[in-house]
Amino acid sequence: MGDQLLRRLLLWGATVGVMIALPLVFRQGFALSMLSQMGIAIIFALSYNMLLGQTGMLSFGHAVYYGLGAFVCAHALNAVADGRFALPVTLVPLVGGLTGLAFGILFGYVTTKRSGTPFAMISLGIAEMVAACALMFPGFFGGEGGIATNRVVGEPWHGLTYGPQVQVYYLIAGYCLVCMIAMFALTQTPLGRMANAVRDNPERVRFVGYDPTVVRYLVFCLAAFFAGIAGGLGAVNYEIVTAENVGLVASGNVLVMTFVGGVGHFFGPVLGAVLVSFMQSALSSYTQAWLLYFGLFFVVMVLFAPGGIASLIVVHGPLLRHGLWARLAPGYLAAGAALAVLLAGLIGLVEMIYQFERGAEPGTAFRVFGLAADVGRPGPWIAAGAAVLVGLALLRPAIVLARRNWASVHAELQRVGA
Amino acid sequence: MLELATVSLLNGVVYGLLLFMLTSGLTLIFSMMGVLNFAHASFYMLGAYLAFQLSSHLGFWPALFLAPLLVGVLGGLTERWGLRTVHKYGHVAELLFTFGLFYLLEEVVHLVWGRAPVDYRIPASLDFSAFAIFSTSYPAYRVFMMAVSVGMLLALYLVLTRTRIGMIIQASLSHPDMVEALGHNVPRVFMLVFGGGCALAGLAGVIGGNAFVTEPGMAAAVGSIVFVVVVFGGMGSLTGAFVASLFFGAVQTFSVALDYSLLDLAGMLGVDVGAEGWRRLLSITVAQTAPVLPYLLMVLMLIVRPTGLMGTRET
Repeated sequence: MGDQLLRRLLLWGATVGVMIALPLVFRQGFALSMLSQMGIAIIFALSYNMLLGQTGMLSFGHAVYYGLGAFVCAHALNAVADGRFALPVTLVPLVGGLTGLAFGILFGYVTTKRSGTPFAMISLGIAEMVAACALMFPGFFGGEGGIATNRVVGEPWHGLTYGPQVQVYYLIAGYCLVCMIAMFALTQTPLGRMANAVRDNPERVRFVGYDPTVVRYLVFCLAAFFAGIAGGLGAVNYEIVTAENVGLVASGNVLVMTFVGGVGHFFGPVLGAVLVSFMQSALSSYTQAWLLYFGLFFVVMVLFAPGGIASLIVVHGPLLRHGLWARLAPGYLAAGAALAVLLAGLIGLVEMIYQFERGAEPGTAFRVFGLAADVGRPGPWIAAGAAVLVGLALLRPAIVLARRNWASVHAELQRVGA
Repeated sequence: MLELATVSLLNGVVYGLLLFMLTSGLTLIFSMMGVLNFAHASFYMLGAYLAFQLSSHLGFWPALFLAPLLVGVLGGLTERWGLRTVHKYGHVAELLFTFGLFYLLEEVVHLVWGRAPVDYRIPASLDFSAFAIFSTSYPAYRVFMMAVSVGMLLALYLVLTRTRIGMIIQASLSHPDMVEALGHNVPRVFMLVFGGGCALAGLAGVIGGNAFVTEPGMAAAVGSIVFVVVVFGGMGSLTGAFVASLFFGAVQTFSVALDYSLLDLAGMLGVDVGAEGWRRLLSITVAQTAPVLPYLLMVLMLIVRPTGLMGTRET
């Protein structure tokens, strides 16, 4: 137990160190705003995982609490600017959290009465309702343009004006750390344990004498609170909140982040939030089709790695420790090579179709992987198509090989007793 | 007023029947397999786009038959190679898979047909006025839509009540485990029902795509309404889905047409509302609440009667 505690302390210490050091390494404005975005996404994804991963509630409307928190924070900032209200900017995200909590108490009462698929549908219905309301009440939601705000308001506190992005980053990092610790601590409390039990077997929970509905309701309210904090930080960071923030796309986004990272482990959503935020910023500047690649990535994860990236890492941990990874190499290398060929062909095809749709002049070439491709001629199409077919043909035996490697390594591990 | 009511009622029935073409498949799939097909409306969209593509080469009439068929085959393949793989991970994984599919199909449509609406038009042979109600002329295509929907309704009814596969499907609605225990190939029935449901959605897309707009956002626009109808009508009840479809068809068309607010009502009754804030809140017209109304009704239904209008079980 003492050993575990020490490891945990080391891990959290390392997290703090990384958070402090990151802006010293990445000094550019672009990197700083991406890091801020990641911090917000981490809180949001972790709060979502309280529902999906820990209590087994698949929500399609978690952005409602993020968005409403953000809107109220934007109004609070504007009120501070007008002098109608006095509140240090440092505490504004807490207003978002309380807003999220209030709406969680209100909507959660209806939503958490049911579990499983009906829960998912009701959460979707509420999300649609709030999104539709956003257009009905332009006074609060600001209509199409949203609510703009200014974070440099009120008295500076110990020189903190939140003018420079780096100050906002440290605000977000601070909240992120506190929220992460709070959410982790929650998983260790009786409520957190009961939430896991409600996910796994609600009937037995009832036998033990707990009401699953109450457990779901409590977890839902707390998750809404953390989502609201993320929303408040979003309002401070972006200085604009639009109706899109409460929309279905935003809700889908947090679902994808959490799932890709892995719902079965506490650190999964953190990985997902970092990776997806990075992909969204990086990929979208390279290609128009990034949403397509992103969707494909998600579907492949659902089909073949339902535990997300976190479970892939955890599964491979013991192998590294016992030095068995070399025996996995042939299968993984073969599968990786086949996948690379397949992906190259697929990406080539998609990019060429986009180029074709845009009505590129025959004879003009555009570049894919540093190669010039002329969509007016059959050559590139045949090459890309062939790459897809070859990749598909190679993938099958490669996967068989990887499976065989895996089975032998697994047997070895069991013999060692790990 | 009477003119408005009659036209709205007719439009409501047409829209309601179109909704039923979507919800019937969704209810069947949901009740049998427990899978809420998030991508159901995407197949509706796919039907419209395929019909647009096919009708530009072959004409409208072949497209009317071919497009739903293609969508049905696609649906069957989706069940066989996608859903069946994730089935072992449980309902949440299935729901996530169809959610991903919804996302993916929208992007595929972006890729192939672009982001702007496509020019999918009503065929010239049906583009005339059928009859006039007072001073409003009623388009023949709406009548055609109604005819196709009613024909589909009859066909579905006959298949479900008069054929062997229909009997098995009906039995699976209420007692899926028993049907499996009796030795029917339930996975194959699932594939058939999934494909069939998608084909119906595709057919709705073919006849709805040109009456409304064929654009990448159409799946998202219709998708959530379809869910509302299924929940409102009740799980495992085709009759419930039918009644709810017609009801929401009427609600949608009537609420858009009614440009009255509570403030008008108060004015008519001679009540003084007083404060400005209240006045502004009450001045929201029925037409403005139209997008919220279905979801509000659904939430109310779930509070009052969790099984839905005619549902027999909760999940």
